[in-house]
Amino acid sequence: MISQALKPVINIRDLSIALPQGADRAFAVQDLTLDLNRDEILCVVGESGSGKSLLAGAIMGLLPQGVTISSGTINFGDQNLTELSETAYRKVRGARIAMVFQEPMTALNPVLTVHEQINEALVAHGVRDSAERNSRILELLDATGLPDPATLQHRYPFRLSGGQRQRAMIAMALALEPDVLIADEPTTALDVTTQKQILELLRDIQRQRQLAVLFITHDFGVVAEIADRVAVMQFGELVEEGRAADVLDRPKHPYSQRLIAAVRGMSETARPVAPQIENPILSIRGATKTYSAGKSGFWSNSKRRIKALDNVSLDVGQGETLGIVGESGSGKTTLGQSVVQLVDLDSGEIRYRGQSIQAMDRKTRAQMRPKIQIIFQDPYASLNPRHRISRALTETQMIHGTPRKDALLRAQNMLDLVGLEKSALDRYPHEFSGGQRQRIGIARALVMDPDLIVADEAVSALDVSIQAQVLELLADIRKRLNLSMLFITHDLRVAAQVCDRIAVMRRGEVVEIGQAAAVLENPQHEYTRLLCDSMPGLDWFANHPMENVG
Amino acid sequence: MNDFAKRFLRSRSGMIGLVLLILLVLLAIFADVVYPGDPWRMVGRPNLPPFSEGFMFGTDQLGRDVAAGIVHGARISLLIGFASSVVALGVGVVVGAVAGYFSGWLDDVLMRFTEFFQTIPSFMLAIVLVAIFSPTLTSIVTAIAVVSWPPIARLVRAEFLTLRQRDFVKAAQVGGHSQFNIILHQVLPNALSPVIVMASLMVAAAILIESGLSFLGLGDRNYITWGFMIGAGRTMIRHAWWLSAIPGLAIFVTVLALNLFGQGLSDVLNPRLSRSNRT
Repeated sequence: MISQALKPVINIRDLSIALPQGADRAFAVQDLTLDLNRDEILCVVGESGSGKSLLAGAIMGLLPQGVTISSGTINFGDQNLTELSETAYRKVRGARIAMVFQEPMTALNPVLTVHEQINEALVAHGVRDSAERNSRILELLDATGLPDPATLQHRYPFRLSGGQRQRAMIAMALALEPDVLIADEPTTALDVTTQKQILELLRDIQRQRQLAVLFITHDFGVVAEIADRVAVMQFGELVEEGRAADVLDRPKHPYSQRLIAAVRGMSETARPVAPQIENPILSIRGATKTYSAGKSGFWSNSKRRIKALDNVSLDVGQGETLGIVGESGSGKTTLGQSVVQLVDLDSGEIRYRGQSIQAMDRKTRAQMRPKIQIIFQDPYASLNPRHRISRALTETQMIHGTPRKDALLRAQNMLDLVGLEKSALDRYPHEFSGGQRQRIGIARALVMDPDLIVADEAVSALDVSIQAQVLELLADIRKRLNLSMLFITHDLRVAAQVCDRIAVMRRGEVVEIGQAAAVLENPQHEYTRLLCDSMPGLDWFANHPMENVG
Repeated sequence: MNDFAKRFLRSRSGMIGLVLLILLVLLAIFADVVYPGDPWRMVGRPNLPPFSEGFMFGTDQLGRDVAAGIVHGARISLLIGFASSVVALGVGVVVGAVAGYFSGWLDDVLMRFTEFFQTIPSFMLAIVLVAIFSPTLTSIVTAIAVVSWPPIARLVRAEFLTLRQRDFVKAAQVGGHSQFNIILHQVLPNALSPVIVMASLMVAAAILIESGLSFLGLGDRNYITWGFMIGAGRTMIRHAWWLSAIPGLAIFVTVLALNLFGQGLSDVLNPRLSRSNRT
């Protein structure tokens, strides 16, 4: 006999969600059976396209147009949600099943204050007494750890930081004391340190209120931090389900094994090769760059100044990979762009092989410029959608005087090197997946035979398993071509895997620099320690060594 | 491009517009074959109603064949419509591209210059220009182009402002491509879709301005135009309504064809904006 307490809050039986015709597969979710129990956090893990977000949409009754539930049931208490009318659903949605979204800036209404938004939800669900509403709102904001709720409640969303917005979002979700909370990648858009706080908050709230939480994520690190149970999805099917500890330590399905190995691999630091930096290929001395925000038009002159780079000095040795790690706003991207001369420094010097780039005359500068190449973050924006791959890979070569035939041959060789077929040359960027495009981006950098590559968040937009492949590719190419690399990332785990040395940046300053292993295992600066502590799942994977699996 | 043609064939409004346009262009090309000789010639009794013997659209107050006027008028309308659009497009794209790509003070100067034209009522400016330069084909085309380039410039500038931030443009800069090269090969092709749509609608607007000018008697007197025919028939509208109605209908059909064609192009080039295609 199953006692009342153990009866699942939501039980999903044989659920299939059909996609409209012409989609890349017929079902987004296929024959999925899953229970969500009271007082637990169930993490649904999968990469993009696995159907995990549509599963959440199906539970909330918020499937996009054209996507329908074709069979199966979603039982919530005594109700079958798949048969509920829209009016009946409105009583469930928000009041009994609440949701927290990935991007709080778009999920919150920008023209209403925090107070007004929560108030609205309370009114809609029939809390009549306004004094009661006011005290509830303050209580909620306090419970989600927002500072000074009395003042903060009257702010508009754009005045809040990303973490504060997500807290306000959670307060809103909790307003009507739901039984179930669905969180769709709630920390993906946040910096690691903020992510850590939000995860702790969710955990606390779940424990206090004995909520059933369905937590959707792509990151096994987050799973290790927060999950009681884990369900792994691939191509719309549930491939593995079990207690968090079991799945994390002994994944059975090869797909889960791969995902977990990708995260584990990153928590192990790279080989401690002593890089030689006596003859640095790139030296940055006293780089300073200030951006002025706000209107700088004809008349007005009121500007806010932001220091993106503040007296930064670094060296990159021949064949070395230097990681630049920092959260958003730390100036790491500005640094990378100044190295490839997309940004002009206010003061300071960048020397390439001992020669100051700023002091070079136009001609020398034009000649050396392709020797420093850049790989971008977003594989969808980094290739010209109107040009075939052959053009993307040969154009720049030809501008620098390589005859067409040689340029094409080199393009073919580089495509081969990054693991793509020769036939890719005749195709357009939209015919490739994100991972393939990133490979093309790498090939485009390599055809110029560079000495130094700036990789700006080069793997951040990719799924974990593809991330691992691309990182492997980069490591392999580095070794073969003896390239130097400036590897910019927000992710310490990724940095640990590929970098020889790591520089940690905060608000335009380098706070710590040293051997990768030393920085990660024995951080000197308090900010580095904070970053290391915030890495999701780090403790887990450090304390549970990989077991041999099939 | 094959894909482009296929999708366009599926757009109903676009195809109707295209067919109408092709018919109009054919009519204009073969005007001398269908109605040989000078359309200003008096060929019959005056004020014959439509569908009279030998005169499909009747004759005007001086006994000139209205049908011949319509067919020959198509030439001038289309010629002026396309020519002025091409000129306006050229000016607008160059100004917009330079302003959007380089931004800064150059952008400020060019945009203030553009606004100067936008603040003057365009039809008034066109009248003044034609009146000053005496009404010839060239001056009319110039006047229409002068009043229609600013929206193109603003559109191209807006596209350039967002596109120049894209990573592929940065990649070209890192590769050492020249500014000219980047504008022409990297940015412009990506900015073109909305511009093409706007240009097709601009042809329609140009035809309307030209008709208005001719109506006011500011057309080139060497050629018969639809606007002139309406203007000449205006005084007779109680006795011979067809003298104004038929050229009016011709303008209507042409403008409609261009608008449908533009709508079809828009559906194909900006699939995300269209109502019907994909969710």
